[in-house]
Amino acid sequence: MKLGYYPGCSLHATGREYGESTVATLRALEVELREIDDWSCCGATSAHATNHLLSVALPARNLALAEAQGLDEVLAPCAACFSRLATARHEIAADAALAQRVASVLDRPFTNHVAVRNVVDVLRASIPALKAKVMKPLAGMKVACYYGCLLLRPTEIAGFDDPEAPTSMEDVVRATGATPVGWNMRLECCGAALSLARTSSVVRLGRAIVEDARRAGADAIAVACPMCHSNLDFRQSAMTRRGEAEMPVVYLTELVGLALGIDPAELGLGRHFVSTSSLVARAAAPPPAPAPAKVPQQGAAKGVA
Amino acid sequence: MSRIGVFVCHCGENIGRTVDAARVARELSTLPGVAHSEDYKYMCSDPGQALIKNAIAEKKLTGVVVAACSPHMHEKTFRRACSSAGLNPFLCEMANIREHCSWIHGERERATDKAVDLTRFIVEKVKRNVPLETIRIPVERRALVIGGGIAGIQAALDIADGGREVVLVEKEPSIGGHMSQLSETFPTLDCSQCILTPRMVEVYQHPRIKLLAYSEVDEVSGYIGNFTVKIRRKARSVDENLCNGCGACQKVCIVKKVASEFDAGLGKRTAIYVPFPQAVPNIPVIDRANCAHFKAKAKGLKKDACGKCKEECARGAVDFEQVDTFVTMKVGAIVVATGYQLYSIGKEQPATLKGYGEYGYGTIPDVIDGLQFERLASASGPTGGKILRPSDGKEPKRVVFLQCIGSRDPEKGIEYCSKICCMYVAKHTMLYRHKVHDGEATVFYMDIRAGGKGYEEFVRRAIEEDGARYVRGRVARLVRDGDVVKVYGFDTLSGEPMVIDADLVVLATAMRPQPGIEALAQKLSVSYDGHGFINEAHPKLRPVETNTAGVYIAGACQAPRDIPDAVAMASAAASKILGLFSQEMLEREPTVAKVDAALCAGCFHCERVCPYGAVERREIRDRKGNLLKVVAEVNGGVCQGCGTCQATCPSKAVELQGFTDEQIFAQINALAI
Amino acid sequence: MATPQPESHGEHGRTTLAETLHHLTGLVAARCYQCGKCSAGCPMAAETTLRPHDVMRLVNLDRADRLMADPSIWLCLTCETCTTRCPNGCDPARVMDALRELAMESAPEHIPRPVKAFHAAFLEQIQASGRMFELGLVLRYKLKTGALMQDAASTPALLARGKLKVMPPRIDGVADVRRIFAACGPAKQEVER
Repeated sequence: MKLGYYPGCSLHATGREYGESTVATLRALEVELREIDDWSCCGATSAHATNHLLSVALPARNLALAEAQGLDEVLAPCAACFSRLATARHEIAADAALAQRVASVLDRPFTNHVAVRNVVDVLRASIPALKAKVMKPLAGMKVACYYGCLLLRPTEIAGFDDPEAPTSMEDVVRATGATPVGWNMRLECCGAALSLARTSSVVRLGRAIVEDARRAGADAIAVACPMCHSNLDFRQSAMTRRGEAEMPVVYLTELVGLALGIDPAELGLGRHFVSTSSLVARAAAPPPAPAPAKVPQQGAAKGVA
Repeated sequence: MSRIGVFVCHCGENIGRTVDAARVARELSTLPGVAHSEDYKYMCSDPGQALIKNAIAEKKLTGVVVAACSPHMHEKTFRRACSSAGLNPFLCEMANIREHCSWIHGERERATDKAVDLTRFIVEKVKRNVPLETIRIPVERRALVIGGGIAGIQAALDIADGGREVVLVEKEPSIGGHMSQLSETFPTLDCSQCILTPRMVEVYQHPRIKLLAYSEVDEVSGYIGNFTVKIRRKARSVDENLCNGCGACQKVCIVKKVASEFDAGLGKRTAIYVPFPQAVPNIPVIDRANCAHFKAKAKGLKKDACGKCKEECARGAVDFEQVDTFVTMKVGAIVVATGYQLYSIGKEQPATLKGYGEYGYGTIPDVIDGLQFERLASASGPTGGKILRPSDGKEPKRVVFLQCIGSRDPEKGIEYCSKICCMYVAKHTMLYRHKVHDGEATVFYMDIRAGGKGYEEFVRRAIEEDGARYVRGRVARLVRDGDVVKVYGFDTLSGEPMVIDADLVVLATAMRPQPGIEALAQKLSVSYDGHGFINEAHPKLRPVETNTAGVYIAGACQAPRDIPDAVAMASAAASKILGLFSQEMLEREPTVAKVDAALCAGCFHCERVCPYGAVERREIRDRKGNLLKVVAEVNGGVCQGCGTCQATCPSKAVELQGFTDEQIFAQINALAI
Repeated sequence: MATPQPESHGEHGRTTLAETLHHLTGLVAARCYQCGKCSAGCPMAAETTLRPHDVMRLVNLDRADRLMADPSIWLCLTCETCTTRCPNGCDPARVMDALRELAMESAPEHIPRPVKAFHAAFLEQIQASGRMFELGLVLRYKLKTGALMQDAASTPALLARGKLKVMPPRIDGVADVRRIFAACGPAKQEVER
């Protein structure tokens, strides 16, 4: 399988380990990624919060580049980039007047036929390959899957899983051998782009998320968005009170990479603010031997009538 | 030779203001074939009608055209007048120069020209009218009621008390419907079964009611006054004639843990069962899907796995070999009273609906619906009338009720309001507070719809006297958090988010028609809307009739209804039917299609296109009995006069009486001059 | 779009806020029946004075003055929870976007300073380098807000983890990006079209 690749700004900087683990993991799953040449910022929240045309034109430029470079599908690991690219595609397809305005602004050919994928959907589609290639099943590891907002909402843009009862991340986690836990905050926003402008909100929202994961007995929170990761990992120290255990926050691709036996350093697991060493150690340990099956012996067992 | 009389009405100012009626009369008088032409202020009045009668007698008129209002208003009036003067009523027609002319135009000259044209149009037709006789068909004066809930029961009793036979068909093992599952009814807090069961018994004992429970309608054919219905009597595996309802079989049944439908899934029943103690008829049914005997048989095991009920029965009534049987009968009218089902919030839904993932898709045990709460509150229910949580059987101290679940939610697929929920939620808060004195009841609502008699007072009582707390806001989500269900709500009136840790949550889910309603409606040839609700003939003036003559509706199969509505509709349908049955013969308008057998080639395109199934086949034989040809024949009792056959026939062999091709072409040509 | 146009209730023929929004987004604000489900699930309901259903109400009452004077629409996280839950498909998230765009033009003085500074800094940085450059973004933000010490301690930690570039990215298409910015212009142009 060959996919176009749109890393987006975060994956080259604050979300660096997401980019590293995505590339390494998908390579191991035999998915070839071709980065879009000369891609530019999708506009993220700031564009769509202030200027509708800009918020459509900036992602459209990247889709047009992908088209020109012969790509049919583009993977955008960052959930915000995914949402912006997919929204631009959807709105341009639905509104002819908007399509015309964007065409004149872009000043390059654009037929809007490139499909946009996200990491969770690609991993879920690769579950058979993943199961076949697991080297270090993450047995006994309890993972709280955190979807955040833009992977699932709005429904007609994201469109690949149920926005109120999704299962795709849990399916992938199960395929690694880890156990997804049931918890209540997996769809609640982390504070998103207010990270700089209103950090107190991010701390309030993030604390509720981390606390709930802790109460559910999770060893780690899995995410698929660099904004969520930054808010929950980079800012976790502000959310944690004295005596409370830290909660490692890992990208889904890092978890999958660990299970595939990829070197943790290659996955960027050393770049986190909350240490991931406990998880790495768990993955390195051999899986516990399966308990011997109890075969009932005729007549010899006690308590049998 | 035509001698048509033309009568132009002023209708006071209604026509006269815009159309020069005198001029219309003058111009029409010059038309060949018109023997009499005059105008008058009010043609429908006695003096007006007298003008027509006199003209018929004096001028020996062969046809009458009244240029006035719509035929819907006064065609009957003028036809009666003609009839009393000795002229066949179908030689009288109206030209609509009011709704079609004076009411929609302003310019007098041009409006009058148009009125002249409209009248000429009809005159040309009437010249070619032939006298027609009203069709009379015999009526089978027995009614079929489909559905044995409160609506069906009421309709059956009213028709039977009116002296006519009724067949009541109910698909469940017992009649009673959802009303039998309720604990108390609003606004009186009457015990539901106490007011219902006497009616159920009355149905069972009524000499003119034949009760076919555990049965379904298989086929319907025919037309008003003359339906033929085939009813499937499903196999109970118990002989009704031998069983005396002692209940011994149920005591010995080894399968005890089947989820009880009557208890809305909250209680258990045996495989051989009677749905509830007051069931009518009080004869058990074997649920073959769960019965050990039948399951073993299905697996092909030679030895009978179980036969305990059969052994125990002192009267030998259990019959494992019983099969479905069929009963065919003729009825003159049908009442559809199939009732409702509740919308479920689960993930599996029909194509047009969505479930509520935000409320857990039905997977949270302490989130239940209204019928389940009724079973908890019922003395005959799975908890003996105590309000207890399904998850751990503890008494909930904080119950939260959510209104409008599914209803008024276009994104989920239901835009309508289910009418009864505001009332039964108020009732539920009262039932709960009466039983759990230190319990807290909170209702999340958008509006309160309490329009019936005593309804508003009832809701106020719940709030002011029984301490129900009403919060205006829809809940965003429900999640299980340890022992409680966290309710994320918002009070829009005070502007505060409101998160409640509830012990029990009750959802007021939408009312929908019963499953299978579309298939039944198609068998009856009645139309239904996108939700499956049967369409009434007119939303204001004909609420219990359908557009299919002879088929009536009552209760929640037509729209969300409460018990008073359902009972009123049932009595209304019964009165319509008793009116229909008051004559031995049914009169129908003769403007129906007729086949000229000499021209008919026997292609039967007409049969294929007829929407009402009115075309039959007739064999034409010679004197020796050899078959010459098979031709089409129209059943005048079924034909609705739509004209589709006339438009389709390649041989011009079938035409509508009163609307032949010749007439229509004559009309068109009249305008072309 | 086949959706019916909201009736004009504006005085003296002035276009109402609901009509403007309909023109910009195709949405019919009158569909909102104030059930509050959006506000019940809004993560910022605890911190805002105007919750999503209040915003819809003020749109329907044509109170642009109250909407623009309140910081609430700028505290919206654009998490789309309200839009996903609304029973009538009102799409409050899109309404918020459109209101912000209008506010940039008509009432920029009411935008809370840090939020305004962040969006401006972000967009300026993209215009400058075509892709995000965190150090540049943070510098611009600090200059606009004077919050010079915020997150200062974490810069070395980020650098040590290789998560901050010290030099801005260079792409050929930066001219392209600048041209797009210029062509998209301020929100006003869209309203007048």
